[in-house]
Parts: sequence; C-alpha cells; structure tokens
Amino acid sequence: MSIFVDENTKVIVQGITGGQGRFHGVRNRDYGTKIVGGTSPKKAGTDVEGIPVFANVAEAVAETGATASFVVVPPAGATAAILEAAEAGIDFIVCITEGIPAHDEARCYNILKKDFPSTRLLGPNCPGIISPGKCNIGITSGDIALAGGPVGIVSRSGTLTYQALHELSQQGVGQTTCVGIGGDPVPGTNFIDCLEAFEADPETKAVMMIGEIGGNEEERAAEYIKAHMTKPVVSYVAGVTAPPGKKMGHAGAIISGSQGTAQAKMDALADAGVHIALNPTEAGEKMVAIVKSL
Amino acid sequence: MDLFEYQGKQYFARYGIPVSPGGEAETVDEAVRVAEEIGYPVVVKAQVRVGGRGKAGGIKLADNADEVRTHAGNILGMDIKGHVVRKLWVECSSDIAKEYYVSFTLDRSNKVYLGMLSKEGGVEIEEVAVSNPDAIFKISIDPTIGLDAATAQKWVADAGIDEGAREQAAALILKLYTCYVEGDCDLAEINPLIWTTDNIVRALDAKVTLDVNASYRHPEWEVWSATDTEDEREAMAKERGLNYIGLTGSVGIIANGAGLAMSTLDVVNQVGGTAANFLDIGGGANADVMAAALEVINADPAVRSIFVNIFGGITRVDEVAKGVIEALRRVDIASPIVLRLDGTNAEEGRALLKDHLNDSLVAEPTMLDGARRAVAMANAREEGN
Repeated sequence: MSIFVDENTKVIVQGITGGQGRFHGVRNRDYGTKIVGGTSPKKAGTDVEGIPVFANVAEAVAETGATASFVVVPPAGATAAILEAAEAGIDFIVCITEGIPAHDEARCYNILKKDFPSTRLLGPNCPGIISPGKCNIGITSGDIALAGGPVGIVSRSGTLTYQALHELSQQGVGQTTCVGIGGDPVPGTNFIDCLEAFEADPETKAVMMIGEIGGNEEERAAEYIKAHMTKPVVSYVAGVTAPPGKKMGHAGAIISGSQGTAQAKMDALADAGVHIALNPTEAGEKMVAIVKSL
Repeated sequence: MDLFEYQGKQYFARYGIPVSPGGEAETVDEAVRVAEEIGYPVVVKAQVRVGGRGKAGGIKLADNADEVRTHAGNILGMDIKGHVVRKLWVECSSDIAKEYYVSFTLDRSNKVYLGMLSKEGGVEIEEVAVSNPDAIFKISIDPTIGLDAATAQKWVADAGIDEGAREQAAALILKLYTCYVEGDCDLAEINPLIWTTDNIVRALDAKVTLDVNASYRHPEWEVWSATDTEDEREAMAKERGLNYIGLTGSVGIIANGAGLAMSTLDVVNQVGGTAANFLDIGGGANADVMAAALEVINADPAVRSIFVNIFGGITRVDEVAKGVIEALRRVDIASPIVLRLDGTNAEEGRALLKDHLNDSLVAEPTMLDGARRAVAMANAREEGN
C-alpha cells in the first residue's frame, strides 16, 4: 500500500498552462498518474496534451471527480490557489512553489486547519509525493524510484529525497511511498503525519527519515517515534557543518542560537532508537541491511 | 535579510513606532554634522549586525562636537566580533527610567505568531530566558485573527510593565505587530524598549529580519539589499543570482538543491576536509549558471579544489556537463575539479565529459568518492604551497 495517494487518485494541476505546470503535469501523467484536468482562468476549454483545462478548481472537480491537486503557481498566487482547492473540496494538495512569503504560509496553514480540517497540504516548496508504479505528484523523476516497497521515505529536502531513492533503488530495495515535506518554516504536512501513516501502512516495513537543520520538527518526530513507532527508522540529518545564523538555502534551514542544530536532532533521534547515518550513502546502506534482515 | 539598527528604525518609523531622532554617518565630519543638527547630548552607535556593541565600546555618549569627533573616530573601523564598523547612527540621548523587551516572531512548532514581552529589557533575552524565565510573558497569536488593542493592553499589564508606561507601550506594541505582519518581518524585536524620565515610550534599538520571499511586494527594501552582504564573495555571488554562503575551508562546493549542498559540506568534513562555501545552483542549471558558480569559487583564494556534486531531478545532468565544459572554456579555473554526476540523463552527461577529463577535471561515481578525491587534492595542493 501507499500513503496519502494511490493508483486511483485523480489529480488536477493548478497552473497547468504555465511552463512548469505543463512540463511536470504531463510528466506525472506519463508516469501513470491519473491527471484528469488542469486549471487556468484564461485558457478554460483548451487542453494541454490531451489534459482538459478548466476555469477553476470547482469546475474541474465537478467535471472530473478529482480529489487531489498539484499546485504549480508562482509565489504571489500560491496560497490563494491552495485555498481555492480546499474550498472546492480537494482533500490532498501538493504545492511545489518555492519562495512564498512566510506570513502567507502561516495564514494559509491556519485557515486550512480551522475551516478545512480534513484537507491535507503537502509543501509548499517540496518535491511532492511518489508512490512508485502508482502515482507521482510533483517534480521527482519517476525512474529513480522502485515499486514494491518495503521502505517509506520522508524528507525535508528535494535533492536529498532523490539521493535517498537512488541509494535504495540501486540496491534493489523498493519504496511504498516517498514524501517530500519541503524546506519552508510552515510545512502543511510534517514528519509525524508521515510517520503515523507509514506506521499504519501494512506494506511499509521500515522508514527512512531525512531531516535538516532548523526548527524542531526532527526532535518532535523523535518523541513520536519513541512513543509510537514499532517499525525501524533510519535517519540522516543534513547540516552538521552549517554555521549558526545562516540560512542554508531553504527558508527553514537556519540554526538560531542553540536551537535547530543537526547534532541536537541526531541526539534526540538516537535516543528514540533511530538508526543514525552520517551521510546519505550510509543511510542507504543501513536501510538495505535492515530490509535484508526482515 | 537582517537590517542594521538604523535601517530597522527607519522601517519602524514607517509604521509610526516612536524612535529617537537621529541620522546616519560614515565619516567623523558627518557624525558631527548630525549631532549639531539634532542637539546634544547624543549617542554615537556602531552599526554592526551583532550583539554586544556596548561592551565592545561601540556605543558612546557625547556632550559636544569634540566628544563626537573622538568617539566617531574611535568607533569607525572598529572590529566588533569580526564585523568592521563602516557606519554610525547618531541619535538624541535618552534619559531612561525603565528598559523593557518586546518581539514578534514565528512559533514554528505551533505555526502561529509568538509575541514575547518582558519588563527586564536591555540585556540579552536569552539570558533572561535562562536566569528568570518567569519574567518573559509570551502570547500566541493566530495569524488569521491578529492582535487587538484589548489583548495588547492585558498583555502589558500581565507582563508587569510599569503602570505609567502601559498605555503607550500597548499602542507601540500594536504598531510593532503591524510592522511584523504587513512589513513581512521574520523577526521584529525591540531591546530595549524604553520608558524615559519624561514619560515617553520608544524603541532604543531595532532588530529586524525581513523575509526576502516577500521582496516582490516591498520595493522600499531595495535600498537595503545593497548593504545586506558584507562578505565580498557573497556579494559577487549575489550579483550573479547564486545562493552562496562563504565559509573558511579549502574545498569549493557546487551542488544542486539546498539539502544536497548542505550534505556535501558534511561529507567533505567527514572525510577530513573543510568546505570553502555553500553553493546551491538550484534546479535547471545551465552553462551560464555553472560558469558563474565556478567563477565565484575561483575568486576565493583559499580554494584548493572544487567538488561539483549534482543529482539530477529537474536538473538534467547532460545540461550540467555542457555547462562545465562551457564554463571551462570561458573561465580559467585555478583549482582541480572533481565531478560526481547522478540522476536524470547521467549517462549522457558522463559521455559528454569523457573526452574532457584530465588531471584537473576528474569524475567519481559516488558522493563519498567525490568528497574523498576533492579533499585529497586540496590537501596535496595545500602541502605543495
């Protein structure tokens, strides 16, 4: 099984007529994802390589029965697009947009929480989600993932997500679902949401969790793992050598004071019984060993 | 983007937050001119983005032009914790009765805004948090609701702000909240917030971090972005639109994606090397981006080898390979380059590079191998010097 999405998930692409929306929307469709439509206020009635374009999400949902949305909209309009999807009844929204102002994200997160509690937002600023062989929503290249499980992956960083998929696929170890939660300060979906879903998924036998400096989501995840996870978890936290006070690319990746260091995160995870790797390759090796011993 | 005190105060003033009258100065003469204009006594304050200015001798009181001259002369050029003072802020001195603390920031755990208020201002708030945590009054603010006057009034009372200062403090705090939200700040902090002996509440300092993601709706920030980078390498990278952070090691790093770039630093460190920088070329890198990246790293005299670590996702490895070849044609690179290329179109990329490989352009199959090779090369060249 997979988490959050599966082979029946019907997806619309918000911003499908833009360069990125078209490229990734079509690529996701070609992977086998049920991309049933797209939206563009000015180009309704046309199509993008056979994918019908609707004026807004409500119309797209009414016509196609979509339950998921892929938001590929520039920063200034991204949170409005997310809320439009929620209002139209979409219950899983993936937003890859990078560069959304933090205050917009905070408002959007709290509106979703209050008014649309059953809607899950993944991202913003994330690579998306892939359940190999079933569904790919986002910008991950499908050919680096391997279907069949038994590993679930959750990661804050895009390229490290690819690296993790690659390390496992190279060794013939497949994935149930790989979720990129994104590097922004207010992620819609966090580590715990994914760990909970992986713990509940019978086909996922082990979880790889890739964190990075900044915030305290890894520490909170460690508490959750300690209390609730029965499945083995391998973790790598990027940024051991990052200097305090400097944003390492992601808006959320910053060590402030003594908060958010990689060492503190690794210590908390180790204390929760998580297998700690010092680099992505080691994380792959440790996971391969665990899977072989299952 | 972290603002200097004077910039923070200018930003506060836009939102009606009371600050002391003052002016900027880059020379001793300018400092005297500002002081004459606003009237004595004045305070001459070093403009550096680091705490502990006062202790370092970067904040001085002056009663006349001679004193301004002496202090300004001493402070300009002073090194405060590695930050060289190039600018002064000269302002009217304040007769302080009480010093408070107030700030707004994002509570990342709960995804709401966090307001912190203390009647024990003027010292590092981290110290207060340790020595006397009860002195900090925190409130959570739902971004969809905001902060209203009644809540602000109750907050200042709860925090034990002196009665005579409460009304002004609450009004100022509401303005600071507006500045924080509408001004797109990551952090808006006043420490100290003062109550003067003549009964005025105002911001004596300003610590503001702006969210650069919101730059598109704040044309007024443009004047400050020029002063944002003090590191020459960072300024050069910024001009070229690169996400670069200067470090102190000898292995230049180029990677795609922030996570992979961070991880590359870690791996170089684990195999006994030190990174000269963090550089994320982002998605879809082409020849121009690669040439710019190599140029910036090449300009760093401490660099002894360069490690290019690419995992193609959106980025196609064959495009990166073309970029490296093109960059080498355009730029004369002083250090040997180690390439590790994986992901989308990796085989095509490696094929393109095959005929270009030599002693100063080598390829390694994995991230770890690449890091080891780059570190070995850097160390060998270090010893050779």
